[in-house]
Amino acid sequence: MGFKNINIGTKEGVSNVVGTALLSSPRINREQMKNIQTNISTALVVDDDIINRKIHRKLLDNLGIESETVTNGKEAVDVHCTGKNFDLILMDLEMPIMNGIEATKKLREMGIHSMIAGVSTRSLEEEKQEFMDAGLNDFKEKPLTVAKLASILHKFCEDDLEPVTD
Amino acid sequence: MDLVQLQRQFVDYTTSLFNEGFLDDQFNQLQQLQDESNPDFVVEVVSLFFEDSERHLNELTQSLEQQNIDFKRIDAHVHQLKGSSSSIGAQRVQKECINFRGYCEEKNIEGCRKCLQQVKHEYVLVKNKLETLFKLEQQIIAAGGSI
Repeated sequence: MGFKNINIGTKEGVSNVVGTALLSSPRINREQMKNIQTNISTALVVDDDIINRKIHRKLLDNLGIESETVTNGKEAVDVHCTGKNFDLILMDLEMPIMNGIEATKKLREMGIHSMIAGVSTRSLEEEKQEFMDAGLNDFKEKPLTVAKLASILHKFCEDDLEPVTD
Repeated sequence: MDLVQLQRQFVDYTTSLFNEGFLDDQFNQLQQLQDESNPDFVVEVVSLFFEDSERHLNELTQSLEQQNIDFKRIDAHVHQLKGSSSSIGAQRVQKECINFRGYCEEKNIEGCRKCLQQVKHEYVLVKNKLETLFKLEQQIIAAGGSI
């Protein structure tokens, strides 16, 4: 089953192809990865764990997405204060100094409309909900895989990315 | 040993690691990510895991030797170790960490100490297995083959 040129960048009809791909083949292999095009060109990885930063970076790299990494929520906020902006932010939850919930709230308060996907090992409904309520567009349980990232990118296409207000 | 035998050995060994629960699908995910632009990706990630784990295990050992045990601190270390073992697919280490956190919650010192031994044991096992796997890989590459 080949999925040539899965174009996540355009909305029309494509989300069906990606949707089908994800449903029928939850494992996306290296070949398929090369064919996934996306509108996302920049991403910020926010995670206190060096292993996760490396893995998330490689996931993004393989999709041609340029990424930067920071080690906690405060650094994520600070990097935006320098005027930088990213299409996608992968936000860990538990981090020292400023956690994912606080950082997400702060970024939304600052008027940052980037897609923010929460990534965490926390799986209790209340904890997930609290994280979503902080202003996430999506949430995935760790560890992140190619399929989960593809699903996030797929959502990027589908959502109009309305500014998140309370 | 010729190349074909080496490759067969590699496949058999990898399969056994999955069958015995040392590794889970997340390890496959890492292998999928490796490519020509970063041919040492898996080895690099696993090396980070080794360094990180040894640091946490040392901290845990020290923390459990204190007069006043700081369970919060212990839990934080175990949580991180659980996270990193999960990220590389070291399933048995991850499972022991889950048990460990249970004892932390109960503030059960004996339970924690036993669990630490279990975690260390599983860590040493998976470390040896992975190092063996990487050696096999190197032999295959040296013999002109590829994984």
